[in-house]
Amino acid sequence: MKKVFQSEWMSRSVDALLPVFATLAALLVGAIMLLFLGVNPVEAYSALWDGAFGSTNSIAETLVKATPLLLVALGICIAFRGNVINIGGEGQMVVGALLATWIGLTFTNAPGWVIIVLALSSGFLGGAVWGGIPGVLKAYFNVNEILSTVMMNAIAIQLMNFMLRGPMIDPAQADLASKIPQTARLLDIFQLPRLAPTRLHLGALIAVVLAVLVYILLWRTTLGYRIRAVGQNPHASRYAGINVPRHMVMALLFAGAFAGLAGAIQVYGVNYRMITDGSASGFTGSAGFNGIVAALFGQLHPLWSIPASILFGALLVGANKMQRMVQVPSALIIALNGLVVVFVVSSEIWRRYRQHRRLVAVRDEESPPPPDQAEVQKEAQQ
Amino acid sequence: MISDLFSTTVLIGILASGIRLATPYLYAAIGETFSQRSGVLNLGVEGQMLLGSFAAFYVTLITGNMWLGLLAAILVGAAMGLAMSFVTVNLHAKQGISGIGFYLFGLGMSDLLFQKLVGTVETVRGFPRLSIPVLSGIPGVGDIFFNQNFLVYGAYLLVPVAWFVLNKTTLGLKIRSVGENPDAADSLGVSVNRIRYFTIILGGIFSGIAGASLSIALLNVFQQNMTSGLGFIAVALVYFGGWRPLGVLGGALLFSMVNSLQLWVQVLGIPIPSELAVMMPYILTIIVLVAVASKIRAPSALTKPFEREG
Amino acid sequence: MKKVTWILTVLLALSLVLSACGSPAAPEISTEGEIKQFRVAVVMPSAINDLAFSQSMYDSLVMIQEEMGGSEYFDFVYSDGMFVVDDAAAAIRDYASQGFDLVIAHGSQYGSSLQEIAPDFPETAFAWGTTLETFGQPNIFAYEAASHEGGFVNGTLAASLTKTGVVGVVGPIETGDAKLYVDGFVAGVKATNPDVTVNVNYIGSFSDVALAAEAANTHIAAGADVMAGTAQMVVGAIGVAKENGVLWIGTQANQTSLAPEIVVANQVYRWDVVVREIIELIGQGTLGGKSFVITLENGGEVMEYNPDFALPAEVKALADSTVQGIIDGSITITLP
Repeated sequence: MKKVFQSEWMSRSVDALLPVFATLAALLVGAIMLLFLGVNPVEAYSALWDGAFGSTNSIAETLVKATPLLLVALGICIAFRGNVINIGGEGQMVVGALLATWIGLTFTNAPGWVIIVLALSSGFLGGAVWGGIPGVLKAYFNVNEILSTVMMNAIAIQLMNFMLRGPMIDPAQADLASKIPQTARLLDIFQLPRLAPTRLHLGALIAVVLAVLVYILLWRTTLGYRIRAVGQNPHASRYAGINVPRHMVMALLFAGAFAGLAGAIQVYGVNYRMITDGSASGFTGSAGFNGIVAALFGQLHPLWSIPASILFGALLVGANKMQRMVQVPSALIIALNGLVVVFVVSSEIWRRYRQHRRLVAVRDEESPPPPDQAEVQKEAQQ
Repeated sequence: MISDLFSTTVLIGILASGIRLATPYLYAAIGETFSQRSGVLNLGVEGQMLLGSFAAFYVTLITGNMWLGLLAAILVGAAMGLAMSFVTVNLHAKQGISGIGFYLFGLGMSDLLFQKLVGTVETVRGFPRLSIPVLSGIPGVGDIFFNQNFLVYGAYLLVPVAWFVLNKTTLGLKIRSVGENPDAADSLGVSVNRIRYFTIILGGIFSGIAGASLSIALLNVFQQNMTSGLGFIAVALVYFGGWRPLGVLGGALLFSMVNSLQLWVQVLGIPIPSELAVMMPYILTIIVLVAVASKIRAPSALTKPFEREG
Repeated sequence: MKKVTWILTVLLALSLVLSACGSPAAPEISTEGEIKQFRVAVVMPSAINDLAFSQSMYDSLVMIQEEMGGSEYFDFVYSDGMFVVDDAAAAIRDYASQGFDLVIAHGSQYGSSLQEIAPDFPETAFAWGTTLETFGQPNIFAYEAASHEGGFVNGTLAASLTKTGVVGVVGPIETGDAKLYVDGFVAGVKATNPDVTVNVNYIGSFSDVALAAEAANTHIAAGADVMAGTAQMVVGAIGVAKENGVLWIGTQANQTSLAPEIVVANQVYRWDVVVREIIELIGQGTLGGKSFVITLENGGEVMEYNPDFALPAEVKALADSTVQGIIDGSITITLP
C-alpha cells in the first residue's frame, strides 16, 4: 500500500483523471445501448473521438463549445463555494445576451472594440442582475435560491420571446411574412475576431484569462475569502464580522454575471445575432446546466474547470458527430450525457477515499498504530 | 374585459383547470418533500417523471390495461429512485448535480424508447373521469371537485396522508430527525441510510405516478419532453411549501391557478402580450413567497451526505 | 487500490487504441453504371415523429425516396432534435463538407448559420425553411409555407361548422409559421362569418402538452365547439377535444389518427413539391438563389379531409371554392 502513495504525484494525477475514467465507464454503458440499437459501438465512438479531436476544425469546435461551459463553471465555482446553488444559468445567459445584443444594435456608429467591451460588460451586468435578484431574495427574504432561479429561468425565456418577436426583431424579418424571432445581425466590426478558417473566437481566450482572475479572486482577495468563509460556516463568519447576507448576494451575483457574459460571448463570437426557437436551450445549448457539471468535473476550482470544460465540450461536440455518422437518434446523446454526469458525480467518493487513505498512510508512517489485539493474541498462540 | 374575469364561468373554469393542472405537481412535490425532509435534494424528478410517463403509456398501449401501466410507472420510478439512493447514500455524490444527470438520462431515454418502441404519436385509453355520486351533482362546485379524473383524486388524497405520515407516525419522526440531525438520529439507532433509501425511492415512485397522471390519465398521450420543466417547478414548490405537505398543496394550487388564469386572460382577449401572461405564475410564486417566507427553515441536513464518524 | 489504478489505466489506453483503429463510416457515392445517387442531408429542430413541423419534412423525403426508386437513387440522412442553433450549425457544416448534394436546414433559426456556411461550400446546394430569404447567395434555396392560406380555409371550415359561434385556437409562441397560420385562420373565420368569436391562446411553449390541454379546456368553457391549433403540443388539445366532442381542424401533418371522431380536416404540408423542384434545378446546375412557397396552388398545401367525418356538403363546397378563390386570386387574405 505504501509504495503507491510514495508516488503521491502519480496518485494525485490519477485523482485528477477520475472524471475521465468515470466518463469512460459511462460510455461503456452507452456502448450496450448502442448495441441494442444495432449500432457498432466502436464505429460510433471513433466518430465521437473524430468529432471532438479528429481535425483542427474539430478541436476548434470543441473549444468553441467549451467556452460558455467554462464561463458558467467559473460563476458556479464562486457560487458553490459560497454555498449557494445556482441553477438559473440558462436564464442569466439569456438576459446577458439580450442586453449585449441590444447594445450592439443600438450604438452602430461607435468603433468596434468599444462596442465589444461595452457589450460584453453589459452581458456581465445583465447576468449579474438576473443572478442578483435571487441573491437578494435569498439573503434578505429567505426565498430559497433553487425556487427563485427556476422561476427566473422561465421568466427570462418569456422575456426573450417577447423581445425577439417584438421590439428587437430584425427589421428585415418584420417585413417578411415569416417573422422569424431573431434580431438583426451584428455589424462585422462588432464580431469577436476569429482564428480563421475555424470558428474559434476570442471569447475562448477571454474565458481562460477570466479563469485565472477568478482563481485570484477566490484565493487572493478579501472578497473571495469572505465568500468562501460564508460558504463554509455562515455562523462563524458572522461572529468574525463578515456581512453574511451581502456575501450571499455577491456569490449569486457573480454566478449570474459569468453566465450572462457567456450569453454575450455566444452572441458576439458565434451567432452574431440573437435567435430563438422559443426555448432557452436553443440558444444556450443547455450551457447553463452543463456548466454546473463542468464546474464539478473541475472540483469547483477555476483553473481545473478549464480542462473540465474542454472534456465536457469534447463530449458534446463528439456526440453530435456520432449522431450524424451512425444515425442514432439525438435522444441517445442526451441520455449518454446524463449517464456521464451521474458516473462522474459518483466517482467523487473514490477521490475522497483515496485522499483519506493517503492521509492515513502518512499518519501511520509517522507514528505506527499499536498492534491489533487480535493479531497479538494470534501471534501469542503460534 | 378584465371584469369578465370575475364571472362565474371563468372562476369555475380557473378552479377546475387549476385543480387538474396541479395534479402532477402535487404527486412529484409530495414525493420530493419526503426526500428533502430526510435531507436529500433530488433534482432528477423531471427525468423520473418522463420515464415513468413513458412506461405507463407504453405498457397501457400494449396491454390495454391502465393499471398495469400505472404499475409500470411505479416500478420505473422506484428503479430510478433506487439508483439515486445508491448514488446519494452510498457514493455521497453531490446532490444537486446527480439529479441533473438523472434528469438528462430520463429525458433522453424516454425520448429514445418512444421513438424506437412506439414511433408515432398516438393515444391510449387511460384512467377515466370518476364522478362521485351525489356530490358531483352540487351545482357549480360539484363539477369541479367531484367530477375529475381518478388520478386527480389520488393526488389530493395524498396530501393529508403525507401530512399524517410525516407528523403523526414514528416513521415520519425518523424521517424528520434524519433530515435535521442525522448524527443524533444515528446514535439513537435510526438507520439513516435506510430511511434515506426509503424516502428517495418513495419520491421516485411518486414522480413516476406524476408522469403517469399525464400520459394515461389527463392527456392520454405521450410526446417527447412533454413535462417541459414540470419536475423542476415541483422541486421549487417544495421550498415554497416550507417542506410541509399542506404548504406544498398551497404552492401547487397557487401556481396552477395562476396558470389557468393566464389562459383565461388570453382567451378573454385582455390586451397584454401573451408572454407576459405566461410569465404570471412564475412571478406570482416569487412574490407570494417573499411575502410569506420569513420564518421557514430548511431541514438542517439538506444536501449534506451522511458519514458515520469513527 | 494499486490494482484498480492499473485496471483503469489499461481501460483508458484500450479505449484510445480502439478509437484510433476504428474508422468513421465514410459516406459512399454509388457510381455503378448510370446510377448517380442523389444524396440529401437534413437538419431538423424536433423529432421526426412530432406529428408537426419536422415530421412533415421527413415524410416528404421518404415519399420522394420511394418515387425515385429507393435509396440507391435517393438517399438521405438526418439530424433531428437539433434545437440548439449552434449544434445545428456544426451539423450543417459537417454535412456540407461530406459532399452531400443538398443540405436542407429545416428550421427558421438556422438561417443565420447558413449565411456563414454556404459561401464556404460553393459546390453544395443548401435549402432553408421556412422563409424566403436567400441572402443573395447563389447556392441557397429558400422555402416557406403560405400557412395563412390553409389557415384561411381552415377558418372558413370552422366558422361554417360552429353552432355556438365560438371558435378556439391553441398556439405555441406568437412568432413565425405559427403566427402566420393563426392570423390566416382568424381572417378566414371573420371573412366567413364576422359574428363568430375567435379566441386565441398562445401558451408560450412548443412542448407543454398539459398546458395545451388546459388551454383547450378553457376554450371549451368559454363556449367553443370547434378548435384549431398549431405545433406539436396540440396533441394535448386534441385529446381534450375528443373528450368533449369538440371538433378539431389540424395543420402541418395529418392529425386524424389521434381522434378520428372529431377531426374534420387537416392542412398538410407537402414539402416534396419544393424538394422535387430543387432536385431538378440542381440537376440542371442551379444550386440556389430561388425561393419557393408551398401554397394551395402548387399542391404544397393540401386539405386532407377526414373520410370518417360527415362533413355537410355545402360546407365542403364552401371550402373548395375558398381554396379555388385563393388560388385564382379572387380571395385576398388580409392579415393583422
